[in-house]
Amino acid sequence: MTFSADRKPMIECRQVHKHYGDYHALRGIDLTIRAGEFFSLLGPSGCGKTTLLRTIAGFEEISSGVVLVDGKDMSNVPANVRPTNMVFQSYAIFPHLTVAQNVGFGLRRDPRSSAEKARAVEEALEMVGLKGYGKRAAHALSGGQRQRVALARALILKPKVLLLDEPLSALDRKMREQMQVELIKLQRQVGITFVLVTHDQEEALVMSDRIAVMFEGEIAQLAHPEALYARPASRRVADFIGLMNFLPVSITGESDAAVTADVPGFGRVDIPMSNVSRANPGDSGPSAGFRPEAMTLLGVNAPPAERETGGVIDEVVYYGDMTYYDVRLDGSDRPVRISMRNVFGRDIADVGTRTRVSWAPGSLVLFR
Amino acid sequence: MATRNAAEAAQGLRLVAPPLTYAVVMLAIPLLTILAYSFFKDGYLTVIREFTLENYRAVWADPIFHKIMTRSLLVAALVTLVTVLLAFPVAYFLSFVVPPSHKALWIFLITIPFWTSYLIRVFLWKVILGYNGVVNSGLKSIGLIDQPLSFLLYNTSSIVMTLAHAYAPFAILPIYVALEKIDRSLLEAGRDLGESRAMTFWRVTLPLAMPGVLAAVLIVFIPTIGDYVTPTLIGGGKIPMIANMIQSQMLDQDNRPMGSALAVTAMLIVAVLSVLFLLLNRRFLRVRQ
Repeated sequence: MTFSADRKPMIECRQVHKHYGDYHALRGIDLTIRAGEFFSLLGPSGCGKTTLLRTIAGFEEISSGVVLVDGKDMSNVPANVRPTNMVFQSYAIFPHLTVAQNVGFGLRRDPRSSAEKARAVEEALEMVGLKGYGKRAAHALSGGQRQRVALARALILKPKVLLLDEPLSALDRKMREQMQVELIKLQRQVGITFVLVTHDQEEALVMSDRIAVMFEGEIAQLAHPEALYARPASRRVADFIGLMNFLPVSITGESDAAVTADVPGFGRVDIPMSNVSRANPGDSGPSAGFRPEAMTLLGVNAPPAERETGGVIDEVVYYGDMTYYDVRLDGSDRPVRISMRNVFGRDIADVGTRTRVSWAPGSLVLFR
Repeated sequence: MATRNAAEAAQGLRLVAPPLTYAVVMLAIPLLTILAYSFFKDGYLTVIREFTLENYRAVWADPIFHKIMTRSLLVAALVTLVTVLLAFPVAYFLSFVVPPSHKALWIFLITIPFWTSYLIRVFLWKVILGYNGVVNSGLKSIGLIDQPLSFLLYNTSSIVMTLAHAYAPFAILPIYVALEKIDRSLLEAGRDLGESRAMTFWRVTLPLAMPGVLAAVLIVFIPTIGDYVTPTLIGGGKIPMIANMIQSQMLDQDNRPMGSALAVTAMLIVAVLSVLFLLLNRRFLRVRQ
């Protein structure tokens, strides 16, 4: 999954600023996206991720800074001559054209004969799983099919970069999960750099080689999915990516390798420096966080674990494949959420019963 | 479900009944009267209620009818062409350039001419173009001409100018609505796929605006064929159109059957032309956005 850093840079943003009147939409974006990478811009609505994508596409002029695509400065290069193509959020399928005319729209000035172009269109449709759909009217397509047409229409031009603006947000859950896998396969097959904009953290984790998390026009963290999930750079990133439990802590000591903290329910814990991140500006004090799956509920008869604590089950939420337990740990007044996979033979624990919890120190992240 | 639909249908019918009755009484009955008259015989100052096709034979054989009908169609076509060509840029500006917060104001401004009666607006053109009118006195006062220009008024081009002005809002509004409906990301997609602004307009904007353009063409073309006031005042009675001919048969010559036959014939010609026009352009109407 890790992406080799030796590939040449495909997109470089240097101190990119964008102002809309008084509104500062992009605040000094520095970013390098490498050739062949599947890169995601992730953030809540209004964080500037779409604006950044549109500046790369050439639909928005930047206020200051430089955007380079394949080493070439893109200032004064209009959208229609940039080596990028876009899959729009609404798909932007031309309603007055057939599927084949949509896919072939960008080939007007292609010097190939019309028979060769028709073959290229057919191949592009086959690549996205729409073989034989060419003669259909665009408005007769389903959401998933429109998305495929939009992909084929962009990829047929063999762009250096494919920009995808929330391409899956209009699809239902099943279709979305299927398209995620298909997009990953497609990207590997064509080898084109993909830049995806999404507000769905799960989607970003599933699909990307690297993810840039954005808040308020700035990049809060740029990392591989695993690093982003396991070691969020700030409590805000941790809050945004997946679910994380937070417990207020008091810091008692610090060395070069680790910070020692009193964590309610866990006792005194050495947290390695690699797991120390920034708290939110408004936080009342330092806090420790862990993911629901980082803890394990132990059965009554399980052998003692290396590190163990106990608590009372406050709430049980059954999800079919998973069960979420809200557990009030001893020495803590706030319940934490722990998830357990429902493997065969394991009983669901009852509300109000005592439980043993095993944990690992590497799964705690300190925010200070 | 079926009973509820039936109940809803009944309720809907009750709701539309009063305006429907009104429309039938005020529209269908006069039309049917005209249709009936057109098959009756004309006695001097009376109508003889006997079926005949003689009126229609007379209409189709009449060279004056041919000339006037052709002129009406040509004038209407010219007015439509001028109106729609001038309306498109206005609608485009309104849809693409005017900021959303100002659009209501602009539409209001465009419809202001409707605040004065059509007759008064036509009279105003007479004042502007007349022998001692605004244009002539203006040109005279700056010394460009010694004698007033007499070719400004009482000809086809002045009729076209007046009608084009009167029908401009009717053409601007449907085109504006069609342009407003265009998803702006389609235009970005056109650019993204390598086309310049001009080519994107040609390949995306214009085809998608065609339903509005077609509506504008019909809305301007159909009523201008039958316009009565403008040829009378601006044409000075020297360039009669079909409405003037019908009026003359109906009132001046008191031949109501002949006048009715003329009206029905003109209506049929317009209907056939409109249907043909829509059939020729049906590929533009199939687009659903």
